[in-house]
Order: sequence, then C-alpha cells, then structure tokens
Amino acid sequence: MSRQQTQRLASVLITLTAVLVFVPVIVVIVYLIWQGIGAISWEFLTQPPRNGMTEGGIMPAILGTLVLTMGTALVSMPFSIATAIYLAEYAGDNRLTRTIRMAIVNLAGIPSIVYGLFGLGAFVLAAGFGTSILAGSLTLGIMTMPVVISTAEEAINSVPQQFRTVSLSLGASKWQTIWHQVLPHALPGIITGMILGLSRAAGETAPILFTVAAFYIPTLPTSIFDQTMALPYHLYVIATQVPGMPLRVQYGTALVLLLITLTMTLIATAVRTAVRRRRDW
Amino acid sequence: MQPKISLQNVFYTYADETEALRNVSLDVLPNQVFVLFGPSRSGKSTMLRLLNRLSDLTDGARFQGTVLVDGRNVFDKSVDVFDLRRRVSMVFAVPTPLPGSIRDNLTYGLRMAGQRNGSLLEARVQKSLEQAALWDEVKDRLDSSAMALSGGQKQRLCLARSLAMEPEVILLDNPTSGLDPISTSVVEETLRDLVSQYTIVMVPHSVQQAARIADRAGFLLDGELVEVNTTENLFLHPQDQRTEDYITGRFG
Repeated sequence: MSRQQTQRLASVLITLTAVLVFVPVIVVIVYLIWQGIGAISWEFLTQPPRNGMTEGGIMPAILGTLVLTMGTALVSMPFSIATAIYLAEYAGDNRLTRTIRMAIVNLAGIPSIVYGLFGLGAFVLAAGFGTSILAGSLTLGIMTMPVVISTAEEAINSVPQQFRTVSLSLGASKWQTIWHQVLPHALPGIITGMILGLSRAAGETAPILFTVAAFYIPTLPTSIFDQTMALPYHLYVIATQVPGMPLRVQYGTALVLLLITLTMTLIATAVRTAVRRRRDW
Repeated sequence: MQPKISLQNVFYTYADETEALRNVSLDVLPNQVFVLFGPSRSGKSTMLRLLNRLSDLTDGARFQGTVLVDGRNVFDKSVDVFDLRRRVSMVFAVPTPLPGSIRDNLTYGLRMAGQRNGSLLEARVQKSLEQAALWDEVKDRLDSSAMALSGGQKQRLCLARSLAMEPEVILLDNPTSGLDPISTSVVEETLRDLVSQYTIVMVPHSVQQAARIADRAGFLLDGELVEVNTTENLFLHPQDQRTEDYITGRFG
C-alpha cells in the first residue's frame, strides 16, 4: 500500500471509531423517545401514581429528584469549592495534602452502592437522620465531591498566574486575590463541574436506595427529614417489582429521567461556551 | 540626605542554588531615576522584587542582609506587606491588565485597600491616566475592557495603575520591552516627568536607555554590583574594566 492509501485508510478508521462512540448515545435517546414519548402527558408529569402505580403520573418522583439534586448541591458545593481552593492556592507538597489528594482519588473510585451503605450507616443510623432527604443529600453530596473538587481545582489552576502576581503586587491580600481575581474567572469551570456532578447524582439509584428513596408515597415531602420518591429508584421499582406494569410507563419514566440529566449537561456546556466566548484573555 | 531605599549586604539564593545576588549594597536617593542594568540573569529583577517583598512569592529562596525603605527594614515583622506594596509599586515587563475595564484596573489597588469613596477613585483614575500620558486616548472608554488596548497603551495603563495608588517608589522591570520606538519615548518622557514626585528604580531595555533616563545607575553582573555612580560618571568614566566592556558592547 502506498503512503497515500495508508493515510486515507487511517483517517477513515479513526473517523469511524469516533462516530461509533456517538452511536450508542443516539440509539439510547432515539429508542427511549420512540418507546416513551407516548406515555408523556400533562397528567404523567403532574399527577401522583394511581392504581398500583400502573396509572397516573410520576410527579412525586420528579419532584423528589429535583429536591435531592438541590440538596446534593448544597452539601457538595461549599465543601468541594473550599477543598479545591485549598488544594490549588494554599496547599504545599506535604503529607496532609498528599493524604487529601489520595482520599479524593479513592473517593472517586468507590462503587455507588458502597456510598449507599455508608450513608445508611453514617447518616440514617448513626446520626439518626432516618431515611430522609437530609441523609440522601449528604450521601449523594459526598459521592459528587471528587468530580467537583477536581474540576474546580482545574478551573482555579487555569486562571493565569500573572493575574495573581499583579493583584498581590497592587497590595491585595492572598484572600482578596482569590476572591476578586481567581474565583470569578474559575467560577464557570466550577459551575460546569458542579452540574456534571449533579447530573450524575440525579441518575444514581444505589446511594439513595437505603438513605432516602421511598417505594411509594402519594404525598409530597414537607421537611428534610421526610422520605421522598425519586426517579431512578422509581424506575427500578416499576421495572422489577411491580407486576403488570405497562412498558409505556417504564419507558416514559426513563425518558423523563434522561431528559433531566441531559438538560443539566446541556446547561453545563452552554455555560462553558458562553463564558469562553465572553472572556478576552 | 537619607536614601529612599538602602540595600545592605544583600545575598539572595534561589531554591535551585542559583546565587542571584551576592553581597549587594546600594543606596537609592529620593526623587531620582535609579537604573539597574546588566546582562540577563544578573539579578536585576530579583533585586526589584525584594524591594516590595514580591520575593515572598518565590518558594524556597534564601535571603540574607537588610533592605531599608525610608530607613525601615521591609522584612521587619511589624511591616504591613500589603501597605509596603502600595508604597513601593511594581510595573512588570509584560504589561498585564487584569480582566475587566480600564477603570476597574486603575482603582483595583485602592479598592483592595478599602477605599470606597467614589469621587476620590474617579479623581485618581483621571490623574493617574494623565500622569501616564494615556488620558486622552482612553477617556471616552474607561468602562471598556483593558485587554483591548494596544501593547504600548497596556504598558502605560499598568504604570497608571501603580500611580493611582500614589506610591512613593515605582519599580519598573523593563517597562518598554516590546514597545515600538514612539511608545518607548512616550514612556521615557513620562518617567522623567514623574521623578519630581516619585523615586524610580528601573531595569532598562538597553544600555542606551539607561544612559538616556538615569540620574544614577548601577551595573549588575552575575549577582554582583560591580559599580554604582551618577549616569555621567558611570557611562563616560567607568572605573571598572567589566563595566567599560559591557557599555561599549564588548560582551553581554
């Protein structure tokens, strides 16, 4: 084969591989829409389930997932950002820092079911929060921390060093420099990481299994100590535990869950793009 | 006359054991342009950064000796380093506006010092831009991005940003690097005008610039201060053979 031919073959193969990555995403989305779109109706989105969950809507599960996502953000955001600032701006290369970094790497590698069991032991039982939104948010919050910390640290590190030097040379303190020069420019990156972390949390079943999710409650939660239904768990329940469940409803539920996480990812991408376009350095 | 700045037996060694300054002693008189020249990596920037303790940002370096500003040791525990950096202000070789408007840049130092008085800030914006010979060019777009300025304008903006804090000493690390001859002469004239109110310590772009602008000058070579004298004496009657070789272009 001539050099031109190998060149052409290589680019065809590489392009094909790249396209192949794309295919499963499209297939999943298209198939879910095809199977599930029929189930989506105003009633489906705004009514609680009826008749052994085979009829009615999934409103409590949607709302529960949104509440849990917010709770996760409230738990994860402050700790993650503070840790990222510490690692990027303050930490030297010492034993404490290395321990923290190792903990984060390991945290990222823990299977989600282990988070669920940890949440059960630590928050539900030991802390006495019971099966509750609080316990679930804490569990999901801890689970999202590694990804948020590392994207936030990366965002902070990508702020050019000279901005810090200039700020300090103008008599600003280290904290003023972080607050006025580093964080504003790192914030879009931090938010992107946050949303990506949250979209993963919104779709997880195992961590909420023992900590917050309810099989079926027709009423909405009124405090953070209440249980709630949540979409991923609801999907698991109706797909495996409820006999005679119409397929249409299962696909409809999956589609709603997918749309929520997909929307979050798209928002993250939009934020990033908008900010990249606006900044002038 | 009490020197504005005084270095006494200063040694400075970087973490990688590079000896940047070796037993440097030096006085800078108030309201003069003091120019510190020499080949690259001879310790000029290191010395500038010591004067307002930007050297604190360098990890692992070892320092010995005394640096006095107005007779007071800048490394003394009682010195407020943030205040020191406002009084002894640095303009870097690469002009680096902070992201934000021209106005934001000029008021940054004052705002960080807790200045909230809007009319004072406005007055300082105008005055510092006029001092840096930039007012006429930017007065109609103070709220547009500082990043959009040309190289020469950025450099004058950075000078104005230091001047807005009304410092006592201005440190300039090669402020005309990368500027065209016209911008260079604008900056040089500006500095000559400013010296009646400020003390200026500058690393020049070239020996010629040093001779044009300095009241006194010091020749630094491999961390050693070879010779210090008035501009005329140093450039016309150098005492040390190495100084003569350098300014006549025989090396460096």
